[in-house]
Amino acid sequence: MKSLEKFDKKKLKKIKPDIIFPIFGFFALFLVVSFMFTLVLDVFLDGFEKLKDPNFYTSFPSRFPEKAGILSGWVGTLLVMGGAIFWSLLIGIPAGIYLEEYAKKRGLIGKIENIIELNINNLAAVPAIIYGLLALGIFVYRFKLGESILTAGLTLSILMLPVIVVNTREAIRRIPRDIREAAYAVGATKWDTIRDHIFPYSLGGILTGLIIAASRAIGETAPLVTIGALTFIAFLPPNPITSDFPYLSLTKFWEVLMSPFTVLPIQIFNWVSRPQAAFQINAAAAGFILLVLTVFMNALAYYIRQKVRRKYIW
Amino acid sequence: MFASLGYKRILDKLMLAVFFTAGFITIFITIGIVYVLLADTLEFFKEVSIKEFLTEKEWTPVFATKKFGIWPLIAGTFLIAAIAMIVSVPLGLLIAIYLSEYASVSVKEIAKPIIEFLEAVPTVVYGYFTLLFVTPLLQKIVPDLESFNSLAPGVVLGFMILPYTASMAEDAMKGVPQRIREASYALGATKLWTAIRIILPASISGVIAGFILGASRAIGETMVVAISAGMYPNLTLDPREPIQTMTGYIVQIALGDLPFGSIEYLSIFAVGFTLFIIAFVFNSIALWLKSKIREMY
Repeated sequence: MKSLEKFDKKKLKKIKPDIIFPIFGFFALFLVVSFMFTLVLDVFLDGFEKLKDPNFYTSFPSRFPEKAGILSGWVGTLLVMGGAIFWSLLIGIPAGIYLEEYAKKRGLIGKIENIIELNINNLAAVPAIIYGLLALGIFVYRFKLGESILTAGLTLSILMLPVIVVNTREAIRRIPRDIREAAYAVGATKWDTIRDHIFPYSLGGILTGLIIAASRAIGETAPLVTIGALTFIAFLPPNPITSDFPYLSLTKFWEVLMSPFTVLPIQIFNWVSRPQAAFQINAAAAGFILLVLTVFMNALAYYIRQKVRRKYIW
Repeated sequence: MFASLGYKRILDKLMLAVFFTAGFITIFITIGIVYVLLADTLEFFKEVSIKEFLTEKEWTPVFATKKFGIWPLIAGTFLIAAIAMIVSVPLGLLIAIYLSEYASVSVKEIAKPIIEFLEAVPTVVYGYFTLLFVTPLLQKIVPDLESFNSLAPGVVLGFMILPYTASMAEDAMKGVPQRIREASYALGATKLWTAIRIILPASISGVIAGFILGASRAIGETMVVAISAGMYPNLTLDPREPIQTMTGYIVQIALGDLPFGSIEYLSIFAVGFTLFIIAFVFNSIALWLKSKIREMY
């Protein structure tokens, strides 16, 4: 009897930490979730007044907080993101395809490939503001592109590039070798195989990477402050679409690319920095919109990833 | 038919060239970063001696008497990163052990995306939250906490880097083969004992790699500190006082008008170069640690 009691006590002692620790662990997790919840709720409640005001979405920034809106902010965000997505896809997808499909890993070319690979890993870890300095030094001053929508798009595209390359590679890597062998066996060239098989099958993965990269870039502030985004823009870039053929005026399009800009995060930064509480309401409202956009984009990426996984089962 | 085959071959070679060029361009970006930072930093050191940069204790580029000692900015940067790590390491470790050893699949499926999302929140929104919610809250607990300080941004950054300190650590711990766990249980060890004495040591290089990447993120983070830490280069370890970080300084100068080649313009490149080197060292250590895990199993 005695020995049995002792055994039970020992067992109890052993099990106790296994009961207590998960409670601590769960508490830590709960802390993180409530941090997130408080953040979202705080921004929403602070900005609620402005969020329900339709004029907020259609007004330019103003000296008067109650008149100030985010029109130039969201138009700027749209245009800059358009540029960023264009440039990052233009470089990112081919670079990813090259590293997965063509890389030889031998000789001089192999050495260059290793450098490219290492380099992309390193690029992902460079602080965002350093990209801003790069853009300021190269695009703004040395290429003389000015503090324009084009410069901003190029800057953010460099930030997005590593994410897109990595996701492109991962998507391609999932495609089994048989597909390629089958294509080569019926006489397809490498390019044929990539165009008709590799690229379409990896499109879902690439899209996921693009959306995640874009969701990071859309909230990025620091590099755009560095290249000199303006905070007070009371006009929109000209509309390059014309009513008659070819429906796009190139000179106007160039004007759009070259026009000064502001984006939502810059607008928020400017409003937060002001002492008047009324501006901070605007900041909270715009911040909530930005937050909703990021949540939406991340959810979309998650959804596409799940769907793609179910579509292609090799 | 042969003509079309020739055309196909040429197209194939052409596309190879296109793909290779795209890959090569990514190298140019790094060369561009190093070139711009180096060129303008060297230009800066023509006007300010390296000795002054590294030994002077004050950073006052916008005052009448300009002094360029980087230490206040480095101290501010590391103070905030240290506070972030004090918050993030225990919290991250706790969550990592819980998620990898205890939590059910359904808890994991909900928890992971939430933790990952912490990094996706726009940093300017964190900045707003820090300045107008966290700081006033901490002021009720910590007496003499000024409205710009390093404590509040440090705490918020601690949460922000959890995707590295918790999620990456968890990935590393999960990577330890199940047989090692089973062996420990078979010898009568509890789950906690197994987690702390067996799994954690086995995955330590991956866990620490996560911590280092997290610290590197905290060092390079800009908007939270620019908004809520102040604009006052201050050689202090007191978390209640306003300070300035390297990134905060770059933002402060960039907000003004920057004539090309002026000493202010050049100084942000010197500061940026210092930041780049610090981040590069941290990332290299993390990459090296990560490669060590792969060798083990």
